[in-house]
Amino acid sequence: MEVGDIRPYIYPDIELDREEGQGIEDLKANSQPAIPDPDKWLDEELSQNILLTSADALINWGRRSSLWTAICFPACCAFEFIAANGPRFDLARFGMEILRASPRQADLMITAGTLTWKMAPNVQRIYNQMAEPKWVIAMGSCGISGGIFASAPYAVVPGYNHIIPVDVYIPGCPPRPEALIYGIQMLQKKIAKRRNLTLGKD
Amino acid sequence: MTAVLSGKEIARQLTEKFPESIIESGQDYLVVKNESLLAVAAFLKDTPELNFDYLNFITAVDYYHYFEVVYRLSSLEHNHSLVLKTHCADREDPTLPSVTGLWQGADFQEREIYDLMGINFEGHPNMKRIFLWEGFAGHPMRKDFR
Repeated sequence: MEVGDIRPYIYPDIELDREEGQGIEDLKANSQPAIPDPDKWLDEELSQNILLTSADALINWGRRSSLWTAICFPACCAFEFIAANGPRFDLARFGMEILRASPRQADLMITAGTLTWKMAPNVQRIYNQMAEPKWVIAMGSCGISGGIFASAPYAVVPGYNHIIPVDVYIPGCPPRPEALIYGIQMLQKKIAKRRNLTLGKD
Repeated sequence: MTAVLSGKEIARQLTEKFPESIIESGQDYLVVKNESLLAVAAFLKDTPELNFDYLNFITAVDYYHYFEVVYRLSSLEHNHSLVLKTHCADREDPTLPSVTGLWQGADFQEREIYDLMGINFEGHPNMKRIFLWEGFAGHPMRKDFR
């Protein structure tokens, strides 16, 4: 029995695949411990009750009032984000209706959805390309811990905090737009407390 | 509504043409030996009164002792369908013939089965992983994975 002509493939790209696979294995090996919570300073500052300078206040006001989001939504939580961005929940109230396709113009990464190890290098790359200062919101169960896929972890990153530092976690599967907006407000409060002009040690 | 052809009926036609190729046949399915899979599939596709010109999907099942690969075939002309199955007993290096030469749509699905079940499809033009990355150890949809 003869089988007809088989479509010839233009790119026998097995070398590229091996390279990609090696990159993923390296990332997986290097990201076993979760990145520690970068929010420790918040409590310290509250206990020390440090006053911000007026320049800090102005800078932070500008930053928190115009958070632009990088387009990086790997899975289904993105739809809640889209709902939040729509007219009903109207994220534009917070000065962040603009989604930036270029990570270089974005301040905030809302990691909406499950992240597989195959996608992880790309997400990390987007994060690395974002200009400082930058913040990350882990949206949904999968973003926090791997969610329902946490028990079958061969392909799913068990939380974004293994590859990038996360500022705010929003639980839910998926979170409602209200929850997302609440998380964004939490982040804005955090930004408001940030010291940009440091005197002495930091 | 697509009429489901009787596996027994088709098995009767096949035994005349390909003796000893049928393992089992039921009301809505047909199990063939893996070495005659390609010949049977080509017969099902090329016979005018059957004319299974459309492959709905391929999937694979792990039964511990053997893998079962399931092909669902349809005929757009006659509006009928059939489930064709085959078995693969070798667990170390399971190999089946590829049907990409008959149905182009089998391409990615066979790669998926290779990726997740570890079944090699001989004659596939690009037999490599599709979801997981090169260098991934094992095939996660196997029952004994981890």
